[in-house]
Amino acid sequence: MVMINSILLVRELPVQTWTYILVGITFTLYIGIAIWSRAGSTKEFYVAGGGVSPLANGMATAADWMSAASFISMAGIISFAGYDGAVYLMGWTGGYVLLALLLAPYLRKFGKFTVPDFIGDRYYSNTARLVGVICALLVSFTYVAGQMRGVGLVFSRFLEVDINTGVIIGMLIVLFYAVLGGMKGITYTQVAQYCVLIFAFMVPAIFISIQMTGNPIPQLGFGSEVADGSGTFLMDKLDGLSTDLGFNEYTEGTKSLVDIFAITLALMVGTAGLPHVIVRFFTVKRVRDARKSAGIALLLIVILYSTAPAVAAFARTNMIETLSNQPYATVPEWFKKWETTGLITFIDKNKDGLIQYVADENQNELVVDNDIMVLANPEIAELPNWVIALVAAGALAAALSTAAGLLLVISASVSHDLIKKIINPKISEKNELVAARLSSIAAVCVAGYFGINPPGFVAATVALAFGLAAASFFPAIILGIFYKRMNKEGAIAGMIIGILTMLYYMLKYKLGWFDAVLPCKSEWWFGISPEGFGSVAMLLNFIVSITIMKFTPEPPKNVQIIVEQIRIPSGAGEATH
Amino acid sequence: MTKNKSKAYWKDNIRYLLILLAVWFLVSFGAGIIFKNFLNEFKFGGFKIGFWFAQQGSMYVFVILIFIYVRLMNKLDKKYGYDK
Repeated sequence: MVMINSILLVRELPVQTWTYILVGITFTLYIGIAIWSRAGSTKEFYVAGGGVSPLANGMATAADWMSAASFISMAGIISFAGYDGAVYLMGWTGGYVLLALLLAPYLRKFGKFTVPDFIGDRYYSNTARLVGVICALLVSFTYVAGQMRGVGLVFSRFLEVDINTGVIIGMLIVLFYAVLGGMKGITYTQVAQYCVLIFAFMVPAIFISIQMTGNPIPQLGFGSEVADGSGTFLMDKLDGLSTDLGFNEYTEGTKSLVDIFAITLALMVGTAGLPHVIVRFFTVKRVRDARKSAGIALLLIVILYSTAPAVAAFARTNMIETLSNQPYATVPEWFKKWETTGLITFIDKNKDGLIQYVADENQNELVVDNDIMVLANPEIAELPNWVIALVAAGALAAALSTAAGLLLVISASVSHDLIKKIINPKISEKNELVAARLSSIAAVCVAGYFGINPPGFVAATVALAFGLAAASFFPAIILGIFYKRMNKEGAIAGMIIGILTMLYYMLKYKLGWFDAVLPCKSEWWFGISPEGFGSVAMLLNFIVSITIMKFTPEPPKNVQIIVEQIRIPSGAGEATH
Repeated sequence: MTKNKSKAYWKDNIRYLLILLAVWFLVSFGAGIIFKNFLNEFKFGGFKIGFWFAQQGSMYVFVILIFIYVRLMNKLDKKYGYDK
C-alpha cells in the first residue's frame, strides 16, 4: 500500500519538483566531471591534452555545437517558416562536410592550440595573428551573449526565478567548470551534456509522433498519414490548413531562391569557420581521428536536426487545430500559463471571443513566439510532467555546453594568442595557465553582463556571427592549406575587407545604424538578406586575397614547406606551442 | 621520390574532394533549392521530394559523405604509407 502510494506520488509530482530533481542531478554530474577532469597544464587547458578519443570528441563537438538556439528556437522557427527553415537545417549541417574535408585534418596536422595560431604561423606575421584574434573575439562574443540569455530564460521559466538570477546561476556553473577544467573539463562535461540534451529532445518528439501519426520515428512520422483514420498525409493536411488561413503552403515558404541559396551557403561556410568548432579538432590524437570525429559529430547532430522539422510540422498542425477559431474562454491551461510570460499574446480585434489566427496582419489576433514550440510542446501534447522537466534540463545542457566552449576560445585567444604569442613570449607555462584562468573569469563576467543587459541587437546578431566567421576565417584557412603561394599581404587584406564589409552590411541593413529608418528589403544588394550576406563577403575576401597576392612577394621557403607538410597526414605530433 | 609521392597523394586527395563536394552541392543547393519546385511534383510517401531533400535528405547524405571520405582517405593513407 505504501509502495502504491509512493508510485502515485511520483506520477503526480508537479513539474516544478521534477525540474528541481532533474536539473539538480544533471548539474551535480557536470560538476563532478569537472572536478575529476580538471586541467593541470596549458596543453590540458587548451586542447584537453590532445588525447581525446574520436567518439568522445564527436559527442563533445555535437554538444558544443547545439546551442540554446538549436534546442529551443530552431523547431519553432521552422514551424513558422515552413520550407524556408531548411536554410538552418542544411546550413548548420552542411558546414561539417566542409569542415571534415577541407579543414579539420589539416589543422590537426598543423598541431597548434588555436585558430589565430594557425593564421599567425601560416602567414608568418603577428599582424595576421592579431587580425585573427580580433575576428575570433568578435565572433565568439556575439555568440556567447545569446547563450547566457538563453540560460537565463530557461532558468526563469522553469525554476521560476528572476531572469537575471538565472543568468547569474548559469555564470557560476560555467565559471566553475570552465576555469577549473579548461578544455579537458569542458570536453567530458559536454559528453554528458550531449546525452542529456538528445534524450530530452527525442522523448517528447517520439511521444508526439505516436500521438499524431502512430509512427514512433518522427522522421518517418511527418511523412505519414494522420492517425485519425482519414487517410490524409500530415504534410498535405498542413499545407491545406496553412492556405486556408491565408499563409503560403507550408512546403513552399516565402523567401526568394537567391536569398535561400545565399543564407544556406553563409551558414555552411560560417559553421566551418567558427573558432569554437574548429578548435575541437585539435584535441584528438591523429589526423585520421580528426576526420572520423567530424563524421561522428555530424551523425550525432543530425539525430536532432532531422527530428526538428518533424517536431515543427507536428507542433504547427497541433497549434492550428487547437487554437484557430476556438473561443478564447475555453483555451487549454498551457495557453494561459505562457500568456503570462508574454510569449503568447492574444488581442480580440473583432470582439467575437474567437481566436483568429490568419496571415493578414490586420485581422490576425494571435502572436506566438518561436521559442514556445519546443518548450510548450510537451504541455500542448499533454505529456507527463517529467517530460516537461526533462526539456528544461536538456535546454540548459544545450546552452551551458555551447557557452563553455565559446568561453574557452575567448580565454585562449587572450592568454595564448595575445599574451603568450604577442605581448610576452617569455611567460612561463605556469603563469600562462594562471592567465588562461583569469581571462576565462573575465570572459564569463563580460558574457554575463551581456546576458543581463542584452544590447538590443544580440538576438539579431547571433545568426550573423556566422556571417562574420564566413567573411574572415574560412577563406584565410582554405587558402592557407590549398594555395601554397598565398602570402600574408593577401590574407590580411582579405580578412580585413571581408569582415568590415560584413559588419557594414549588418549594421546598415539589420540594425539600421546609418539611416533614419531601417532600409527596406528592396535595397538589399543582389536581393540578399543580411543573414545571407556572409557568402558575398566571403567571395569578396577570396577575390581580394588572390588579387593582392598576385602583386606581392611569395611566402618564404620555410612557410611553403610547412604547407607541404600539413597536407601529409602522417607524423602528426602532439599539439605544441 | 618522396616529393613525387606526396604530389601524387595530394592529387588523389583533391580528386576525392571534388567528387564528394559535387555530391554535397547537388543534394543541398541542387535538389533542396534550385530544383526544388521541379522535384516537388513528385511524391515519396507524404513528402514532396524537393521539400524532403531540403529538410531531411541532404542531411543524411552529408553524414554518409563524411564516412565515405574517412574510408577513402584511410585507404589512401595506407597506399602511400602515410598511415603510421
